[in-house]
Amino acid sequence: MRTYPENPQKVYFFGTCLVNMFYPEAGLAGIKLLQQHGVQVIFPSQQTCCGQPAYNSGFPDEARRVARKQMDLFYKDCPIVVPSGSCAGMMRHHYPKLFAGDPRLDEIRSFSERIYELSEFLVHALGIKLEDQGPPLKVTWHSSCHALREMAVTQDSKALIRQLQNVELVELQDEVDCCGFGGTFAVKQPAISAVMVKDKIADIEQTGAARLITGDCGCLMNISGAMQYQNKSIRGQHLAEFIWERINGNSPTG
Amino acid sequence: MSKQSRDRIFARLMAGSRQAATQTVTLNPMPAKTYQRAEKIDRLKTLMEAMRTEVHITNASGWVEQLEDILKQREMDSLVYPPQTALGEALESHWEKDAGGLPQLIPYETEIEAFKAKLFTIDAGITTVAGAIADPGALILWPTDKEPRLMSLVPSVHIAVLEADSIYSSFLEAMQAGKWSTKMPTNVVLISGPSKTADIEMTLAFGVHGPRELIVLILES
Amino acid sequence: MAIHQPVDFENNVSRALKDTQLIRNIQSAMDTLVLKRKTVFSDAAEIEKLRALGNSIKTNALGKLPELLQQLEEKCTANGIQVHWAETIPEANQLVLDIMKSHGATRLVKGKSMVSEEMELNAYLQAHGIEALETDLGEFIIQLNNETPAHIIVPAIHKNRDQISKIFHDNIPDAPYTENVDELNAIARQTLRKKFEKADVGLSGVNFAVAETGTLCLVENEGNGRMCTTAPPVHIALMGLEKVIEKLEELPPMLRLLIGSATGQLITTYVNMITSPRKPGEKDGPKEVHLVILDNGRSKIYADPQRRQTLYCIRCGTCLSHCPVYNRIGGHAYGYIYPGPIGKILNPQVEGLEAAGVLATASSLCNACEEVCPVRIPIPELIRRIRNESYSNDPDSAVAGHGYKRNWIESLTWKMWAVANTYPLLNAIGLRILGFLGAKLPKVGPLKHWTRYRKAPEFAPRSLHELVKQIGVDHE
Repeated sequence: MRTYPENPQKVYFFGTCLVNMFYPEAGLAGIKLLQQHGVQVIFPSQQTCCGQPAYNSGFPDEARRVARKQMDLFYKDCPIVVPSGSCAGMMRHHYPKLFAGDPRLDEIRSFSERIYELSEFLVHALGIKLEDQGPPLKVTWHSSCHALREMAVTQDSKALIRQLQNVELVELQDEVDCCGFGGTFAVKQPAISAVMVKDKIADIEQTGAARLITGDCGCLMNISGAMQYQNKSIRGQHLAEFIWERINGNSPTG
Repeated sequence: MSKQSRDRIFARLMAGSRQAATQTVTLNPMPAKTYQRAEKIDRLKTLMEAMRTEVHITNASGWVEQLEDILKQREMDSLVYPPQTALGEALESHWEKDAGGLPQLIPYETEIEAFKAKLFTIDAGITTVAGAIADPGALILWPTDKEPRLMSLVPSVHIAVLEADSIYSSFLEAMQAGKWSTKMPTNVVLISGPSKTADIEMTLAFGVHGPRELIVLILES
Repeated sequence: MAIHQPVDFENNVSRALKDTQLIRNIQSAMDTLVLKRKTVFSDAAEIEKLRALGNSIKTNALGKLPELLQQLEEKCTANGIQVHWAETIPEANQLVLDIMKSHGATRLVKGKSMVSEEMELNAYLQAHGIEALETDLGEFIIQLNNETPAHIIVPAIHKNRDQISKIFHDNIPDAPYTENVDELNAIARQTLRKKFEKADVGLSGVNFAVAETGTLCLVENEGNGRMCTTAPPVHIALMGLEKVIEKLEELPPMLRLLIGSATGQLITTYVNMITSPRKPGEKDGPKEVHLVILDNGRSKIYADPQRRQTLYCIRCGTCLSHCPVYNRIGGHAYGYIYPGPIGKILNPQVEGLEAAGVLATASSLCNACEEVCPVRIPIPELIRRIRNESYSNDPDSAVAGHGYKRNWIESLTWKMWAVANTYPLLNAIGLRILGFLGAKLPKVGPLKHWTRYRKAPEFAPRSLHELVKQIGVDHE
């Protein structure tokens, strides 16, 4: 069982490259959720990427180079909150392996210890309470494989959604099935990836949900992109953006 | 050729061992499951019956009569048995009294080379077992020169006679209590039921190559 | 001769994805196996403890592999089992042939053995005029249909009963056409019973070889394993050299892990433990027992501490059952005898990266395999390692074909990626440009593959970096 800081006053926020490039609103929502709870958020302006794309593709040297840069930026001893199970998993579980044998391994391990995925931090470190201001809505939840298996935060994410009184969460039939993103897998084995995302979309459709909520932008890009290609009306959204929208009673912005 | 290959393989393995030496890891064994006598019998019966074994708990003094009932319910011509054993003698004396309606007793008394064709026509085989395991529910077949291996395999029906006191809680307990590591015989077989397969569409079907039926008599003293 | 052609993975995948019946059959069976495993390992704390134990047992056994193999050989030999060593597949095949010839034997009955598939033994023996008959029902079916296994545990799982009925009817003389599973089994039983009786030699695999006692342990449900190892006068056992464990007492937990993971059972119908040939006074059992120990690249894998973990595999097949890729393409698409996640790390190391390295790309690194592997092989970590080796120009690398994928485009791309992600100003400028150009990027390479099935992602007009400047966030 993981332990969480009690009453954290200050946290770092690691936006992740996909949030930065494609879903900045999700990152902003994550920061605001933390701030609203009275936590001071530090956003090192030089942050870029956790290095996972290179790490997974067979280029560990390049991954290390980028990882080192990030670790130098987040040097203070405070929690690092990440709106992605995949990137959190990379920094928490894989950095020590990526840097096995490194003279600074102890420092790297302390960095990894401070990594929290957004959902788990909101639930366990902040004990956040959400007041749903939005209209009735049926949604379904997709967990990235790393949120599910490495960070084990799926229950936390779903617990957050379940706090929203007017939201009905219908679970997928094959929730643990990979959506087929896998980073470069989607473009190195496109045909297999396509079948995987197709199956995921069929599962999403059978739930009758209007929206697909997920905590990872890689999966979001993949599933949403495929749903749009197939002209589905179901909308995909990042969990942080979804929560922020619901507690502020904003209507969805198209 | 085999010797040179052996040398080359070992040379690589020794080099590999030196290159990538590992520390021995302390083993954290699983907690031992132990059951009381009555529960052992019950577990064994339940688990084996779930695998379509026919289990009868019977009195040690009247087991042959029980066997007789079982045999009479089935139309069997022949039963192979181990002569010169307590089991064999009990059968012989019972058959001598009255073998009406019973299959013919065929002793397994020669080497298989002279018996194989015959054995493949025999309907049932009866053996003792060295004991049983309550969890996960299996007999311990310990063939000997008097109780050969094929007796419990070739005939379509295998009848096993088990003493209730020889049921162990677990496989590990059986190994340790019996000091197996000091005296492994030619062959030991754990048997948990009649033969089966799920190779076709994952559909369970019984009676493939091993016996179609397994009947266990648990003798209570 | 078992020198394999490089796998044509793209075409295999293409074909598999179009075969909807195949995929339906596979997925239905894998769903069953996944559920059965879950049910038999219902205590989450217990299974984790058991997996840790399995990993420790294998770590220790492989840590002293040469010593244990030596001990195994000594004990087996003292017990009367003849031990042979085969460095390569041709040697292994030759050894089996020589044993058959020394007895003037022409009829072999085979229990299921993945090593024998690795050797392509049947074809080799058949070319030398020997009938090598599969007796495990799944193997029997695919042998009739001239195919290789589609799964490590259930070789014919890619076939449904209609297809099997037809295979039986077309290939077994006098077999009536039936789709009833019990009747199909009865046909197999009847056909093979005579073969067991008349066979000259029986062959089996080995699930675990115990060094302490020189015991070969073999698990099965059908009884054909017992038949092959007991009825004929000669028994040949085949094993990979990584299958040895140290102590007899390690068998109960290893068997629980293997059987629970492979078929979701508490125990198989039979657990055979064979320690010697027929002893004087005994009336049956083979008079000769041979153990053929195969290397075929394992000793090379052994030398690398990380890659050595590939050898922990106990061939349970559960990684296949849980793999989303295996579930979409089936076993044959992988092109080698070991499919699925274990195949993705084993085949490239044995066959060389040029031939089989592509298999390591067929993973989304979802970790489903790692989560269930009974001996905790870090499969995703090893997939990454194989990927690293595919690009590596490290002269000390021991993996055959390492660096075969190295090309200036990818090397440059990742170097540029690293630069762009280390110099934030470059990063910001790059994003600006992409934000502007994004939708107009030519759809080539990765973008082409992406947009075949998905709408292209849109670069946000303002990145998160820019947006946070507007709200009260400490920037450092």
